[in-house]
Amino acid sequence: MQSSRESTDLESDLEAAGTRRRGFLSRIAAAVVGSLVALVPMAAGLLTFLDPLRSRAKGGGDGRSNRGRLVRVAPLDALGADGVPRQFQVVADRFDAWNRFPDESIGVVYLRRVPGSNDVQAFNATCPHLGCFVAFKPDRGIYQCPCHESAFKIDGAMIHPTPSPRDLDELRTEVKDNAVWVWYQDFYTGKEQKKPKT
Amino acid sequence: MKAVLNWLDHRTGIRAVLHAALYEHIPGGARWRYVWGSTLVFAFVVQLVTGVFLWMAYSPSGHTAWESVYYIQNEMQGGWLLRGLHHFMAQAMVILLAFHLMQVVIDGAYRAPREVNFLLGLILMQIVLGLSLTGYLLPWDQKGYWATRVATNLMGLVPILGTQLQKLVVGGADYGHHTLTRFFALHAGVLPGLLLGLLVLHLAIFRRHGIHAPDPHRRPDTTFWPDQILKDSVACLAVLAVVLFVVVRLGADLGAPADPSHEYSAARPEWYFLFLFQFLKLFEGGGETGELIGGIVVPFLVLLALFAMPWVGRWKLGHRFNVGLLLCLLAGIGVLTAQALYADNRAQWAGKPPSTADKDSPEVKRYEASSGYLRARHHAEMEAERVIELIKHNKGIPAGGALTLLRDDPKTQGPRLFARWCASCHLHDDSPEIFGQPSAPDLTGFGSRKWIAGLVDPKQVDGPHYFGNTSHNGENGGQMVEFIKTTMPELEPADVAKAVAALSAQAQLGSQHDMDKKDAAMIQEGIEQIELLGCIDCHKFRDLGDLGTAPDLTGYASREWLLGMISNPAHERFYGENNDRMPAFAANPDDPKSNTLSPKNLDLLVAWLRGEWHRPPRAKR
Repeated sequence: MQSSRESTDLESDLEAAGTRRRGFLSRIAAAVVGSLVALVPMAAGLLTFLDPLRSRAKGGGDGRSNRGRLVRVAPLDALGADGVPRQFQVVADRFDAWNRFPDESIGVVYLRRVPGSNDVQAFNATCPHLGCFVAFKPDRGIYQCPCHESAFKIDGAMIHPTPSPRDLDELRTEVKDNAVWVWYQDFYTGKEQKKPKT
Repeated sequence: MKAVLNWLDHRTGIRAVLHAALYEHIPGGARWRYVWGSTLVFAFVVQLVTGVFLWMAYSPSGHTAWESVYYIQNEMQGGWLLRGLHHFMAQAMVILLAFHLMQVVIDGAYRAPREVNFLLGLILMQIVLGLSLTGYLLPWDQKGYWATRVATNLMGLVPILGTQLQKLVVGGADYGHHTLTRFFALHAGVLPGLLLGLLVLHLAIFRRHGIHAPDPHRRPDTTFWPDQILKDSVACLAVLAVVLFVVVRLGADLGAPADPSHEYSAARPEWYFLFLFQFLKLFEGGGETGELIGGIVVPFLVLLALFAMPWVGRWKLGHRFNVGLLLCLLAGIGVLTAQALYADNRAQWAGKPPSTADKDSPEVKRYEASSGYLRARHHAEMEAERVIELIKHNKGIPAGGALTLLRDDPKTQGPRLFARWCASCHLHDDSPEIFGQPSAPDLTGFGSRKWIAGLVDPKQVDGPHYFGNTSHNGENGGQMVEFIKTTMPELEPADVAKAVAALSAQAQLGSQHDMDKKDAAMIQEGIEQIELLGCIDCHKFRDLGDLGTAPDLTGYASREWLLGMISNPAHERFYGENNDRMPAFAANPDDPKSNTLSPKNLDLLVAWLRGEWHRPPRAKR
């Protein structure tokens, strides 16, 4: 009798241990498989959500690159020899997700002829502080931002004290066939370094 | 960790909630047959997650819906995967619904006290079908557009309030921006909200009554976590694997953008609604009443029978009746779906056309209907590919939407214009429609060397591809036919070939540009031959000959020549008084509105005849 009861206890102990082990494995497996199926749709969504972080410089999209886009902005004659900057629209194809809008204004620049030479200076009209458009004040000969009163000299240098972290963003220019071409690009604002938006 | 949990538990009672959620009692042990409900919840969660992410990139309006979906599918990182998951999980959900319903009915899980939950389930099923229907329209492609129009037109048949109901759903009398905004609000707001709310109720009531175990003493009892959850997760994994496989293999397709002005003969509902489509065909010829019965009354009665199941099933015989009814319904749906698929694809599956020559025999008619459908589907696929080529070529989509690209594309519009205005007389290999016996020349490759060589071939000139069926044929004493037949055999073939090349060069066809450039010397000699061979006895060519008797050969088949010819063939520069039945399509250049063809359509038609359209660079393999 005694031994038989012992063996029954042993069996039930073994069975209990087996159930516990199976239970443990089931838990691990359920957690792993359950998380896996939950993760896949989330991952697919996040992948697409993160699409804007991808650089579209190659080929399609808006063709942004580190150098910007070379755009014919104005005839050279439109710039006075006095070195006073004038504001021009930069007209080129504008890209917005799936759309291409041919020949729309993609930005505003100030162009000035450096007195006594044929060189042309170009500044992006966006204030490097927080992105408002700066206005040139002819009476004082400076650029001024209407938002937080950043001010810049006629050659783009900051006038201290100023909230702007850097000088006005100068753009590379080329003069061909009596016209001014600008390598137009936008930069991130608020940083000391000029970092192009690509 | 434990301290934090204790703190939280004191304030929220989270342990009890979790315990209740995870340690639900399952009499008779975990079973595979219980997984369907969980896979449905999983599918819904996948739709919710992928749907919200799609929402971030989708733009519901007539000019942006297709375009934004195109962008998700083709330009955005992983967009094809996201859209594919959403697209195919929706279809998986319908299948899972059928399994869940079957399991519940066969197990008799609808019986008291679970009647309310069964009714909730049926309502949930209809919300899921509503989500499918509204979602099918959102890409605003030809397929979704035309198929959904059928569904909303059916809605108009509802007695008394039908048209008002239809207007409310469509957002006006016709499909437009507001159809999309409304369908989108239904698809992403109203229906998922309802679904979520009712699903919570469904689950709460399910928990209240516990699982319905048909065989509670099968094995020792267990709890939901981890045994049943493991089985559920594995089932979900299987569903996900199948869906992912289909996404990778097939991908969610996107047809050409919806075009209300261009019929789409391949419009079909999504496959799980095909049975309804086929069912409606049984009521053909019944007029409005027939459609009402087939499209609304019978489906309504079937739903009613489903709703009555818990009460019918109180008796043993009633339960058997329910099971029988459901199986019959599913079998009927299967048969109707198969019939619909076969009706559309019989031309392909049967291989060869029916042997009978009787054009009015039902077999021939069915075969023709099927090949018409297959042709339309093929055209739709080509158009969907074409629009993507055009977008790449244009480096983006114009503000007016992708449809404007197709509308300005000679390759797309040419065959349509040709079919509408020219194909009743002329042939063209690329025209989709052929109407009986041609009565005018075949315009395939018009102006090319091959075409002109055929024209001056005595064997062909009086045949059906040239003047054979016109008033200029030999029977009617056509001078050109006579000239070719009598004079040509006497001429030196090399001289004729030069003249052919020279005349063909007048067309300045893009396809012959390189050849014309290479053969410049030969073409120069050919110009002299045109004068020497006697063409200028009737035709004007450059400074020689006169107008009035036969078409001007100067600039023959060039863009400008064709524009003039189609505008007014009876002009003295073309056929003058000898014009054979060809109408003037734009006789009044000063008043374009009074003409049959607008200047734009004329341009498109001419460009297409001349083979001038954007061709993508050959894909590198």
